[in-house]
Amino acid sequence: MSAEKEPLFSSKNIKLLTDPMNDSNPITVQVLGICSALAVTVKVKPAFVLAIAVVVVMAVSNVVVSLLRKTIPPRIRIIVQLVVIASMVILVDQVLKAFLFDVSKQLSVFVGLIITNCIIMGRLEAFALNNKPWQSFLDGIGNAAGYGAILIIVAFFRELLGSGTVWGYKVIPESVYDFGYENNGLMILPPMALIVVGAIIWVQRAKNKKLVESN
Amino acid sequence: MKSLRRYIDKIKPHFEKGGKFEILESTFEAFETFLFVSDKVTSKGTHIRDGNDMKRTMAIVVLAVVPTVLFGMWNTGYHHFMATGQEGTLLEYFWLGFLRIFPIIVVSYVVGLGIEFAFAQSRGHAVNEGFLVSGILIPLIIPVDTPLWMVAVATAFAVIIGKEVFGGTGMNIMNPALTARAFLFFAYPSFMSGNAVWTHGMIAGDGIIDSYSGATPLAEAAAGNMSNLPSVAEMFLGTIPGSIGETSTLAILIGAAILLITGIASARIIISVFVGGMLMGLILNIFAVNAFMELPAYQHLLLGGFAFGAVFMATDPVSASQTPKGKIIYGFLIGFLAVLIRVINPAYPEGVMLAILLMNVFAPLIDHYVIEGNIKKRLKRAKVKA
Repeated sequence: MSAEKEPLFSSKNIKLLTDPMNDSNPITVQVLGICSALAVTVKVKPAFVLAIAVVVVMAVSNVVVSLLRKTIPPRIRIIVQLVVIASMVILVDQVLKAFLFDVSKQLSVFVGLIITNCIIMGRLEAFALNNKPWQSFLDGIGNAAGYGAILIIVAFFRELLGSGTVWGYKVIPESVYDFGYENNGLMILPPMALIVVGAIIWVQRAKNKKLVESN
Repeated sequence: MKSLRRYIDKIKPHFEKGGKFEILESTFEAFETFLFVSDKVTSKGTHIRDGNDMKRTMAIVVLAVVPTVLFGMWNTGYHHFMATGQEGTLLEYFWLGFLRIFPIIVVSYVVGLGIEFAFAQSRGHAVNEGFLVSGILIPLIIPVDTPLWMVAVATAFAVIIGKEVFGGTGMNIMNPALTARAFLFFAYPSFMSGNAVWTHGMIAGDGIIDSYSGATPLAEAAAGNMSNLPSVAEMFLGTIPGSIGETSTLAILIGAAILLITGIASARIIISVFVGGMLMGLILNIFAVNAFMELPAYQHLLLGGFAFGAVFMATDPVSASQTPKGKIIYGFLIGFLAVLIRVINPAYPEGVMLAILLMNVFAPLIDHYVIEGNIKKRLKRAKVKA
């Protein structure tokens, strides 16, 4: 290895962390990982747990694949990546079952489906295979956090408007219901998650003109 | 009239470029053309133009729904008095309905037009008149006791998500009024379905007599209580419970006549919707295994929102198919699916809304294949000659 002069948190490395939060957000810009964004965002708590799970899986598998990048034969790289992700997901799943059983039940199949989350596969292919472990680690954290942030924002609005709660606690006071307010049943249905994601994309593009395609 | 014109001419410079209220230009323009025929002329090429711009088209549609509005007001009062076991005069019925329905219309217009004007101003284009019609259609397709704030939320949803995100009037994929109704239907089901929502005062439940059920004929039929169905004359006149404007087939047909005589609605669509519904009704009759499926096919056309959907919703020129052949396919499938959904799917006692929204989505695809087919046909003809 060549002598590495670059500091751990150089501006280039910081950019790996912050870029996915806005300019190249996996959900709102690359439009990846939509199906879990629709499925687990009814309540904030499961969305938060899934976001953490994805952060762990993504960071570790990015590092592992990055370490192996010179030894993986290009022809079978996809299957190797899958093995790495799958073993990480199994670990995460077992931990959730042991310590957060109720949330694990709510998430049901979606923990297992992290394996097929295209964001993880995409980052392994596009980044970890060509970069050093530390950068891959940051990239993994950044992308998973960008994904998780959107998940939590969507879940916040869906839970607040759909159930009147946030993290399971009543937020909208009883007096408002006495006044005739009703929870919005559509918010709990998946189509509304898509519309909320769309609204987030709208707001983001209105603020960040770089993202607007010219045609 | 002259003094109004003079006044508008006097204040006009303030709203043009460089004037005091330059930012409000599109708002001013909207009001000016609302009051007077626009003085805009095409400057290039030869065009035949008359004064019939979108505002006047929309005004005629609004005129065409007036009979259903008036009947809806009367019917609201009629059913409220019946539910509380009272007798009233025609004027009392009408007045009660007016007091219930007028606020809904006001809320729908204020919210919808407010958003339209705000978008037009911020994007710097002219205010579109599309909402003049949606604003009156939304109150007509909801139950009379829908809370006003729900009307406001649904209208805002329909205008923003159903229309403005696609680029405003003329760009929307789905009918905005039906989008509002679908939003209400899925968001607040307890106010949009069941037996209590159709009659004013029944959700609150004060003084309702026991013998009054409030169930719509379709709900009765779905439950198999065929003996509770109203007579055919009642179905046609519309003295039955239902959404505000949808009950009276007679009033809707008056509106249809206005739209067809002025050439605004497509007769192809209206007729093919009725044909589709009739055909599905007959098919169901043949394979009938329960009382609802035996319901005479023509009664399907009189019940629920079928006639209203066919005349005022399916004919929306923006979200319907554009090609003549496409219009027939589009209309036929609306009628066909509407009756199928309402009879076969127990979750939805009425299928017209869902059928029209579904076909709105398919309309461009239908047009695409109609045009492709036409191109192929003409290519063949050209080849034979050569």
